[in-house]
Amino acid sequence: MTVAIGIGILVAGGVYLLLQRGLVRVTFGFVLLGHAANLLFLSAGGTRLREAAIVGTADPALMADPLPQAFVLTAIVITFGVTVYLFALAASRHGGDDDTERLP
Amino acid sequence: MTGVLLPLTVAVPLLAAAMLATVGTARFPRRAVLVVVLAGLLASNASLVGAVRGGRVIEHDVGSWPGGIAITFAVDLFSALMLVLTALVTLSCVAVAVATEVGRNRYFPSLVLVLYAGVCGALLTADLFNLFVFVEVMLAPSYVLISVFGGRSRIAAGRLYVVVNLLASTVLLAGIAAVYGLVGTVNLGDLAGAARSPAVALAAGIVLVAFLVKAAAFPVYGWLPNTYSATSPVVAALFSGLHTKVGVYAIYRIYALLYDGEPRYLALLVTIATITMAVGVLGAVGEHTAGTILTFNMVSGIGYVLLGVALFGPVGTSAGMFYLAHHMVVMASLLLATGAVLATYGSQHLDQLGGVARREPLLGVTFIGAAFSLAGVPPFSGFVAKFAVIRAAVIEGQYIAAVTALVVGFVALASVLKIWRNVFWGRMAREEGERKRSMPLAEMPRVRRALVLPPLLLTLLSLAMGVGGEPLLAMTERAATGLVDTQRYVAEVAGR
Repeated sequence: MTVAIGIGILVAGGVYLLLQRGLVRVTFGFVLLGHAANLLFLSAGGTRLREAAIVGTADPALMADPLPQAFVLTAIVITFGVTVYLFALAASRHGGDDDTERLP
Repeated sequence: MTGVLLPLTVAVPLLAAAMLATVGTARFPRRAVLVVVLAGLLASNASLVGAVRGGRVIEHDVGSWPGGIAITFAVDLFSALMLVLTALVTLSCVAVAVATEVGRNRYFPSLVLVLYAGVCGALLTADLFNLFVFVEVMLAPSYVLISVFGGRSRIAAGRLYVVVNLLASTVLLAGIAAVYGLVGTVNLGDLAGAARSPAVALAAGIVLVAFLVKAAAFPVYGWLPNTYSATSPVVAALFSGLHTKVGVYAIYRIYALLYDGEPRYLALLVTIATITMAVGVLGAVGEHTAGTILTFNMVSGIGYVLLGVALFGPVGTSAGMFYLAHHMVVMASLLLATGAVLATYGSQHLDQLGGVARREPLLGVTFIGAAFSLAGVPPFSGFVAKFAVIRAAVIEGQYIAAVTALVVGFVALASVLKIWRNVFWGRMAREEGERKRSMPLAEMPRVRRALVLPPLLLTLLSLAMGVGGEPLLAMTERAATGLVDTQRYVAEVAGR
């Protein structure tokens, strides 16, 4: 339940920021949306399993599913890279400022 | 043995890209390396087609990890055909690019190689999450390509392009998470038929929606004409052959595997495809630059290809695949031909040009051939492709879609003839309403051979596909059978 509410808040904030005109705000919107998708992925692995997925440290029946964690790690790296690129676009000389409305 | 080729198809261009980006000297022959690597990939992809022609599925678990854990690559005839076509289009676009200033950019070869590696990976992978990763690999260099090359509005186009595609990717990721949460795997073989349960169908539907955005289907096609027409024509031709086509490929694959061709949702797909065909071509008729007319026709073509999967079954998907092949070749030819005009005369605005065909007969023949092919005039490939799609629609009883496909062909002809009439026909210097020209007509530069040859070869290929379409049609029929009857693919790929 907590995860669901958290994802809901993140998506709401992300969508609100996506609809803004400034590219920096849009980028922050994507950061929030990316976190929402990552949380969704983690919860898809089951939120009740809390032990670290390292052999020999815990009962395998209680270990978290390592696959979604690997997926999320990959997704975080990709989102980070694209976020940096979006900031570069927002700061590009040709655009002047980050307002998408007044671009040529 | 051929199994090892699969990861190499992705690894070789990635390694070459990394090498070209890091090698220090400015004089290093980057463009030659680019062309050699792409030609090598074209040859190895063609050998893959030879290997899977009989309906075989080649599978390779990367790193020989056990099934279920390993990242699985698999190739059947459909993916192999797509690999060859994408390599062909990429090579043609690169041949033009290296002859123009686009190719002189130091990072252009690396960007194209990463882009093509992502496309290969997306076509080869048999894993839903891996598909997402490769789509991202394909998009990352595209974000750069679209906002580095092209006209004045390229930064604005770049912003729109990144935002739309990133949003679609986020939706895709959420959809994959939902599928994983319900089924507990992302291996396409293990997921086969999973979407027969309505919950999984909804989750996989999120994935399909994301790919429909990437394929530019109605009602989410608006980003494509606004971005592709702002970038350099070479880059637009490259994207038109790769990006939307990977989206369409993923829709074919996911609908065949996950939904197992479930007829319940097909009516929705038919509607989307039919409206996409009509809306794309209606947009094209109202435009005034060659680039936007062609990009709207691109949207219309996506409708035809989607109609193939919407009429699910060997006949429909085979027709869709043939149309896909035809569309990739013809669209690249048209964009490169008008790109050659833009590169030489500095404009593709219909009011400012004229009489190019008289000065450049070869370019004129290239363009009109491809234009007839786009509209579906015999003996070009467009005729065979349209005939196959309309025949499939009639067999499946989708008469509205069949009539729309027929009518759209005529309107498409009208839209491209608008380019022909204004840019290629008539006289170069018009007495009335003539724009200021800085130099006399005789001193205007001629279009260079290197810019004409690649599109000319693509038009000739389209002609060959029309006149001698039988072997390719037989091959797409076999590929469609392999796609629709998922048994062999699943037996090879499934990890459990």
